[in-house]
Amino acid sequence: MKKSLQQRLAILADAAKYDASCASSGTVRRDARAGGIGSTEGMGICHAYAPDGRCISLLKILLTNFCIYDCAYCINRSSSNVERARFTPEEVVWLVLEFYRRNYIEGLFLSSGIARSSDHTMEQMVRIARDLRQVHGFKGYIHLKTIPEASAKLIEEAGLYADRLSINIELPTDHGIAQLAPEKQPRQIRRAMADLRLKIEDAAEPTLTGRRKRFAPAGQSTQMIVGADGADDATILGSSARLYGSYGLKRVYYSAFSPIPDASAKLPPAKPPLMREHRLYQADWLYRFYGFSVAEITSARPDGMLDLDLDPKLAWALAHRADFPVDVNRAPREMLLRVPGFGTKTVDAIIKARRHRSLTLDDLDRMRVSLRKVRPFVTAAGWTPLRLIDRADLRQVFAPEPKQLALF
Amino acid sequence: MHIRMSAQADPLEWRKAARALAMAGIAPDAVRWSVGSDLFAADPVPMSERAPPRVPRAFPGLLETAICHSDPERFALLYQLLWRLQNQPKLLEIAPDPDVQRLHRMVKSVRRDSHKMHAFVRFREVPGQGPRRFIAWFEPDHHIIAHATPFFARRFADMDWLILTPKGSARFHAGQLHTDETPAEKPDLEDATEALWRTYFSSIFNPARLKVRAMQSEMPRKYWKNLPEAELIPGLIASAKDRVAQMAAAAPKAPPAFHAAIQSRRVMPEAPTGTWDMMRADAMACTRCDLHAQATQAVLGEGPEDAPLMIVGEQPGDHEDLTGRPFIGPAGQVLDRALAQAGLDRGRIYLTNAVKHFKFVPRGKRRIHQRPNTAEVSHCRWWLKQEIELVQPRLIVAMGASAVLGLTGQPVKMTDVRGHVVAGVPPILPTWHPSYLLRLPDATAAKAETANFTRDLALAAEFIASAGNPAGLR
Repeated sequence: MKKSLQQRLAILADAAKYDASCASSGTVRRDARAGGIGSTEGMGICHAYAPDGRCISLLKILLTNFCIYDCAYCINRSSSNVERARFTPEEVVWLVLEFYRRNYIEGLFLSSGIARSSDHTMEQMVRIARDLRQVHGFKGYIHLKTIPEASAKLIEEAGLYADRLSINIELPTDHGIAQLAPEKQPRQIRRAMADLRLKIEDAAEPTLTGRRKRFAPAGQSTQMIVGADGADDATILGSSARLYGSYGLKRVYYSAFSPIPDASAKLPPAKPPLMREHRLYQADWLYRFYGFSVAEITSARPDGMLDLDLDPKLAWALAHRADFPVDVNRAPREMLLRVPGFGTKTVDAIIKARRHRSLTLDDLDRMRVSLRKVRPFVTAAGWTPLRLIDRADLRQVFAPEPKQLALF
Repeated sequence: MHIRMSAQADPLEWRKAARALAMAGIAPDAVRWSVGSDLFAADPVPMSERAPPRVPRAFPGLLETAICHSDPERFALLYQLLWRLQNQPKLLEIAPDPDVQRLHRMVKSVRRDSHKMHAFVRFREVPGQGPRRFIAWFEPDHHIIAHATPFFARRFADMDWLILTPKGSARFHAGQLHTDETPAEKPDLEDATEALWRTYFSSIFNPARLKVRAMQSEMPRKYWKNLPEAELIPGLIASAKDRVAQMAAAAPKAPPAFHAAIQSRRVMPEAPTGTWDMMRADAMACTRCDLHAQATQAVLGEGPEDAPLMIVGEQPGDHEDLTGRPFIGPAGQVLDRALAQAGLDRGRIYLTNAVKHFKFVPRGKRRIHQRPNTAEVSHCRWWLKQEIELVQPRLIVAMGASAVLGLTGQPVKMTDVRGHVVAGVPPILPTWHPSYLLRLPDATAAKAETANFTRDLALAAEFIASAGNPAGLR
């Protein structure tokens, strides 16, 4: 018996939930005042949150979870006994528009298992995006997962309708991909990312007539699974740095490998701590916005892993105490950014405010800075940490209480 | 002095009043602000000829947002800031100032409230004739109905809708938005599509990564009663642990029948038949050194297979790595200009590199070129040798020390060897690498060495034209 739309929605949303990407921001501004429906206004909107703490911004579904690939970490791999289903393109278009009208979502995140062939699957995905844009005048956000093997013409068309395109690298090393996703070709993935970068940059160049071509204005992103292979954090962050530098990615998403029903025996039995994923995101931010190199971020520990108990900036600061305290009234921006407890916005506010007056700890407190965190690392008007920075037990001041060991 | 606002959040009304007060020179502590009907009548502001107050560019935007705040002190705080700004025009830059801090806190709170309204309004469809009609109920913290609803007008322009709140309502009808501060009643509505939405919500949840606190910090409980999906949350949390345990306990199953069928259908792509294509395919899969896992692709040579002249550079650069073609970046452009001046046709030359993969270190959004080491150059000689055997050029121009190393296996000092043809099969003419010319800081030196580079290429042209006559041979 044919499964109902509701049953298939359950299967194909469940199949899509291991993709961490949810952003609906960073695209061009559009709205429906001149016709159609929908808008994008720079900032993304999270319309709901699931109890896993992840935001729900887009209708994130698979077109089908039939797949000819057998990637060990994937719930939809061909050797899995998961229930299979597919949507028709018309059904996806209907769901997007009806959900959108009720303000449940910002748009569509469409991915798919590879059924029949790469081109056949990509063609169907492009058709959905085209119908939304051209038939229904949909101005909301569209994120299409790109199939690396699909033909250049289809990718070109996908970029015309989608705000963001993404290709998942899945694992941080070629070796890991060969082991867990034997059908995937890391070379092909990198080439596809390179092609996307060239097309995105080409579209950003103004043409002679002043008209801009459209190609994925919100850029491209990727995802890496953490903890399914043996790669350490230094390797993962090194891969990210390479991907950011090589392909101009907007984001690398980290997804702690999660237990799935009917899991492959090739996978490690224990899931990695979710904190590891969180630390990787923090480290990724330090690399992109705080001027840290990957080597600096991972220097605090000899095993190439980030400290799970301390955030990576604090861990770095504790390992580099000679660089502190930092004078909030005089230090350059680069140094302020290295103070644990200062974010980019705080640093900008400090730089602005100190032109007008000499800042005290009270001032920082009023600026909503956690004094507990910054006190050992800064000097301010009327404040020097004296020997606080040299305290041997400084780590204990910040580290969480040691947990009691479970009794067997 | 008592000033009464007729609306909760009308920046224009406040502006008019504040302007008059400032011009009359009435200090903030002499003003009492109220809103709506009041037991006491408002006082008239005396007329004044003083100059109107001036504000920095950022102030009107902050005013429009902060005035929506539910704090009754907002009007007074804004006037206090307006007053202080007259003597301290840069006041807003001093984030730790208590007044500025309060303003920013109010602005932040209103922005968050508006953002949550944009996120958590849930429209329910009302059946009827004509354009589709939707109604939503939302409970904001602040008086944001006029501030936050133009967003919905820009987004849902092709339907009629009504948003009701205890602090007023917004109606969008026939393309026009009307807002009103009169409190509304919660309507009783149902929408069948919510069943699908709830299905989606529970299916997208991953029970193996329960993070209830993270959810609640972004979707606080106070919003739950008006979100159709929120009633599922307690059940999803309660069953998560069992679902994960079941996953772990489930015995491994045999793969479904179609898996074997798919696996048997998998065919390896046929090996290319021609030697040239085979070499290309092999090079693409090359893992002789570690560079392959960093770069996008192996960039093999380009040009006619019977080219009389071969040019060998160091390695592909950023652009070459992305496109898979040699010498198309900045160095390629220097080379193209020099080739044209030397009378050589690029289309008749086989262009390649000593090392086929790009070696770099990432720095932020860019990749910084790294010189290949001796081991990498020697690993890659495997491919260079095959290219030479296939093309059999009459002369090879070796651009830079890595190229000479790749061709001869000998490390050399370029100043010693540049510009002289070295006998061999085929003979080799070492010259500068165009990137070196781009990097020379001194303009005079760059000009002189570019001239040398062009002369070397002219020598190569002459050598080829004279069919290998050893004129330039040392």
